[in-house]
Amino acid sequence: MRRFSWFNATALTLGFAFLYVPMIILIVYSFNKSKLVTVWAGFSTKWYGELLSNQAMLDAAWVTLKVAVISSSIATILGTMAAYVMVRAGRFHGRTLFSGMIYAPLVMPEVITGLSLLLLFIGLNVDRGVGTIVLAHTTFAMCYVSVVVSSRLVSFDQSLEEAALDLGCSPFQAFRLVTLPIIAPAVISGWLLAFTLSLDDLVIASFTSGPAATTLPMKIWSSVRLGVSPEINALSTIMIALVTVGVITASLITKQQAVRQRREEQAADRVS
Amino acid sequence: MRRIALILVPYLWLLALFLVPFAIVLKISLSDLAMSIPPYTPQLDLAAGWEGIKAFFSQLDLENYIWLTQDELYWKAYLSSLKISLIATALTLLVGYPMAYGMARAPEEWRPMLLMLVILPFWTSFLIRVYAWMGILAKEGVLNQFLMWLGVVSEPLVILNTNIAVYIGIVYTYLPFMILPIYASLDRMDNSLLEAAEDLGCSRFSAFWLITAPLSKQGVIAGCFLVFIPVIGEFVIPSLLGGSKTLMIGKVLWDEFFSNRDWPVASAVAVVLLLILIIPIILFQRNEQKQREAEG
Repeated sequence: MRRFSWFNATALTLGFAFLYVPMIILIVYSFNKSKLVTVWAGFSTKWYGELLSNQAMLDAAWVTLKVAVISSSIATILGTMAAYVMVRAGRFHGRTLFSGMIYAPLVMPEVITGLSLLLLFIGLNVDRGVGTIVLAHTTFAMCYVSVVVSSRLVSFDQSLEEAALDLGCSPFQAFRLVTLPIIAPAVISGWLLAFTLSLDDLVIASFTSGPAATTLPMKIWSSVRLGVSPEINALSTIMIALVTVGVITASLITKQQAVRQRREEQAADRVS
Repeated sequence: MRRIALILVPYLWLLALFLVPFAIVLKISLSDLAMSIPPYTPQLDLAAGWEGIKAFFSQLDLENYIWLTQDELYWKAYLSSLKISLIATALTLLVGYPMAYGMARAPEEWRPMLLMLVILPFWTSFLIRVYAWMGILAKEGVLNQFLMWLGVVSEPLVILNTNIAVYIGIVYTYLPFMILPIYASLDRMDNSLLEAAEDLGCSRFSAFWLITAPLSKQGVIAGCFLVFIPVIGEFVIPSLLGGSKTLMIGKVLWDEFFSNRDWPVASAVAVVLLLILIIPIILFQRNEQKQREAEG
């Protein structure tokens, strides 16, 4: 407390103002009557109405959601497997290459990932569309999932797994009954991260998509390149609102879980 | 058996969709531009057997890489990407450090809330966060209206479509990556060290430089790399906020591929970009390793 000085208070106030004022301005101007984003002409929700009747935009939103759900789910399975292999499988041939391939996509510029996947799809003569975007998103998202999950796997007590095996569980049962419930929070945050990355991605989707599929970021991109538009402000406001609600809910759930866990631990302590 | 299957599934997935595509980029970067579909030559003709493979390899050359060194555009774009990343990283540190410091010194019960406020923008769309600045920095934008209303400037400032807008965009979008590792290292710090220093007659300022700054060094280094590495290949920010004079290699690669349709040169640009990135990536890995060892 003693060290929370005026300097700290100013740094935090200015810093958070910098982070949030642009978003607030964005939201405010989504309710502007005028087509010109720069002139305030009174309150109106007409841009939301126009957004909801814009079929191309709704189609793009649907494609994006589909891609995000499918790719983040596959990425969560593959990423959890990869994390398990990295932490538990011991030594095997090509382990270095394997860990390299997991970490490289995290630092690879999106333009390179996108370009290389597009060249692969063209080389294989695959029709580009939702399927190819899903493959691309799954590949980079599984690496993020595996990093999140493996940090949890490293920190948990392996003797619990060994106990399950000693008591006659098959390795798969031990994983399902012991390991999975313990790493579940990490698996869920991995899925959420993969889902968000997929929703957000413009560059890789632009490279790997064909004329048949347009994602929401691609749609936003083609419209904002021409300048500011109130309809995009309205769309942004909806997206910011959804994310805010999602993040607050998630943090409340984790908080509740932490409280419950502490209570259970205390109860367990009393019993022993 | 199970173990092998467990290893093979993610392994083969990454081989097929990460390593093989990259090998293709490497191969096309050694090929020539051609008026065909796909627009490069030579094509690998496996039907011709060994002769076909030999002919294929004899046609690969470094022509595109020589071209990259000869045309000013490319090496200028690489240099300018490095310069922009470096300056932007320094600016992000300048904004991020005081915030991380303030968070670490804030009352304990505020901290989870403050942490969530830093992470929240990270979950919202990157594209939207960059777009938000277009309306603010434009000539008739919110910032200029505000400054003219205050009477600070009489003419609207030209910020959008300049490098200044690019710096603002980078600092804004990458700020959480800088704050979080610095906050983590400051949060771990033992505050009794500071009290001891002050008891021994250090001023607050020199206590900061002698104790807090060195102890948060690892976090600062990690934060700087987390900003510097991805910014080099950045595409969205220079395209939306930068102007015709803003040269960044991610944008050059995009244009080379989509506008000029020169796949071999685009591939060569990608390979060189990766070679440039390897150095900071290795340094970053080493820093992380050191930190883990220090903790363990």
